[in-house]
Amino acid sequence: MAVRSNIVGIDSPEALEKALRAAYYLADEGLATAAYLGLALGKPLLLEGAPGVGKTEAAKAIAAVLGRRLIRLQCYEGIDASAALYEWNYPRQMLAIRQAGDESVDIYGETFLIERPMLATLRAPDSTVLLIDEIDRADQEFEAFLLEFLSDFQISIPERGTVRASERPVVVLTSNRTRDLHEALRRRCVYHWIDYPSAEREARIVMMRASSVAEGTARAVVAAVEKLRREPLSKAPGIAEAVDWAEAATLLHKGGARWPDAFRRSIGVALKDEEDLHFISPRLDALLAEASA
Amino acid sequence: MSAEPELPRAARVFISFVGLLRTNGFAVAPEQTTSFLAAIQLLGPRSLEDIRQAALATLAPPPERRATFDRLFDLHFRGNEAIERVDDGEDDETVRLQEEARGNDEPLLSDEANESGLAAARAETLVERRFAQLSTTDALRRLSREAPRRLPKRRGHRRMRARSGPYADLRRTLRDSVRSDGEILRLGRLKRRQRPRKMLLLIDVSGSMKTRTEENMKFAHTLVQAAPSVEVFTFGTRLTRITRPLRLKRREQALRAAAHAVSDWDGGTLIGDALQAFLAVPRFGGYARGAAVIIVSDGLERGEPDALRDAVAKLSRRAWRVSWLTPLAAGPDFRPQTEALVAIERFVDDLVDGGSSASIVAHVLALGQRRVA
Repeated sequence: MAVRSNIVGIDSPEALEKALRAAYYLADEGLATAAYLGLALGKPLLLEGAPGVGKTEAAKAIAAVLGRRLIRLQCYEGIDASAALYEWNYPRQMLAIRQAGDESVDIYGETFLIERPMLATLRAPDSTVLLIDEIDRADQEFEAFLLEFLSDFQISIPERGTVRASERPVVVLTSNRTRDLHEALRRRCVYHWIDYPSAEREARIVMMRASSVAEGTARAVVAAVEKLRREPLSKAPGIAEAVDWAEAATLLHKGGARWPDAFRRSIGVALKDEEDLHFISPRLDALLAEASA
Repeated sequence: MSAEPELPRAARVFISFVGLLRTNGFAVAPEQTTSFLAAIQLLGPRSLEDIRQAALATLAPPPERRATFDRLFDLHFRGNEAIERVDDGEDDETVRLQEEARGNDEPLLSDEANESGLAAARAETLVERRFAQLSTTDALRRLSREAPRRLPKRRGHRRMRARSGPYADLRRTLRDSVRSDGEILRLGRLKRRQRPRKMLLLIDVSGSMKTRTEENMKFAHTLVQAAPSVEVFTFGTRLTRITRPLRLKRREQALRAAAHAVSDWDGGTLIGDALQAFLAVPRFGGYARGAAVIIVSDGLERGEPDALRDAVAKLSRRAWRVSWLTPLAAGPDFRPQTEALVAIERFVDDLVDGGSSASIVAHVLALGQRRVA
């Protein structure tokens, strides 16, 4: 199978992993392989995982590696075609009809069309990456509508005809798995489940993302975050929270706070649920002492 | 995209792996097989690990069955003899509370390939129950008849045409106005569409509920059939998701499948732990968000009332409305007596009679009349 032109210069998962690293994203072997296959086979990439494991970041990094603009379509319950595809500029159309008088006017011309993310991607497939974020939030009707888009990469606008992509665009979908996606959607994609990274990898991510953080701090934060993730919290800290926590604690430490205390005082950037804080507070000191050891 | 039959002999081993996956209950579409072969061709393949990665990316096993998938992979490509039987497909829906309570490190979503049967080596008495031939009671018939109209609804974000409504339908108005040379004769209106609200049904199947269990399961089946988004779990000493078996249309068949999935019939009750386990799995906990939560239980708790209170408090913050239906509340002068019921009373919206199918159905059908969010 021929490798698609959109990844010229990247000829293996390892090469992609390296390129992603240069874009400040540390991908493990599984993610690099899935992303490489998605790009090479021209299939959408479906990333699932707990909130905060870096699914959206992965899409951003892929766009950076390819040197393309990232178009993000944030899904929500009730999202429909007019928010995802296109919309007509009705006031302008109305005005045009009024002004035209006896002359005929094409109110379905280009000037009246408002492009939404999916149409924008189809029209410029070689300069964009489409991120369909949190597809599990959209309802099933929208998912069904996406199927057509993802298999043929075309959409039809009744007034203007069919718009087809000149080449297969790069599409990344993410899901937090709050509901099961339809099998038909999973089938059309290359799939990867992103897990929380290993402690080693996460410490490297923290140091890469927050350059002011010392290695010891990064390791302590990662150890503490790992322990927190094992607790039955309603919102476990993700990677972004780990980075923020390391940065916040470093800031407090530079301001004169002692170490475990700096961690404890900045816990609010890692745990953002009052109930979780309440639950963990009796054991927090012991947990932090253990993590810093 | 088609499988290039360049290496038919070499490709056979990969295709037979797909076959093995299918026999073990993994849904793999033909186009996924094609992608799998294309991926292997693309990657080299230089090592077995590459093949595994290619399989994971293209065949997309659900994360909770990943361990089974890996075992099958090893079995097929490495020839591990240790494995004789792999999974039974329903295990991934079962949360083992027993292990949880002992502080074992086993993941909540268990994957028990090496166990010869679901109920093997359990200390507690596990009884598989079969439901006898069932006759539809009037209450259930009423439920299926009136459910579409009377079950709780919420306002969705999508808009629909309406004679009157808060939004202008510009698209339609414009189309109409073209016919009258740009003159707007009538402004089209839109209103937000009403959507059925999610429902979450948690049924106590412990010993103290024994006399009600069969009726409750019939009720659950009717509700799943009548309403579009219902999730059903049973709990006693464990928590089991039985939505999937209940989706079977024929009742006897559905209840038999559900009975097979549940392994803690008529056992003890650890309601608090069961609910905590439910909330600890994000996918399950998500079912409660904005939902009408209905708990059918007598609330005779063997475990800590604190665990129960915390779990119900958490549920009530997530849910649209929490109803606790207990057979103990049959009389009009009912006051909660047990420690557990007293503990949760202030967190539930309704604490009402759940002693007969008629009263349960009446309550559920009345839910939609309460308030529209």
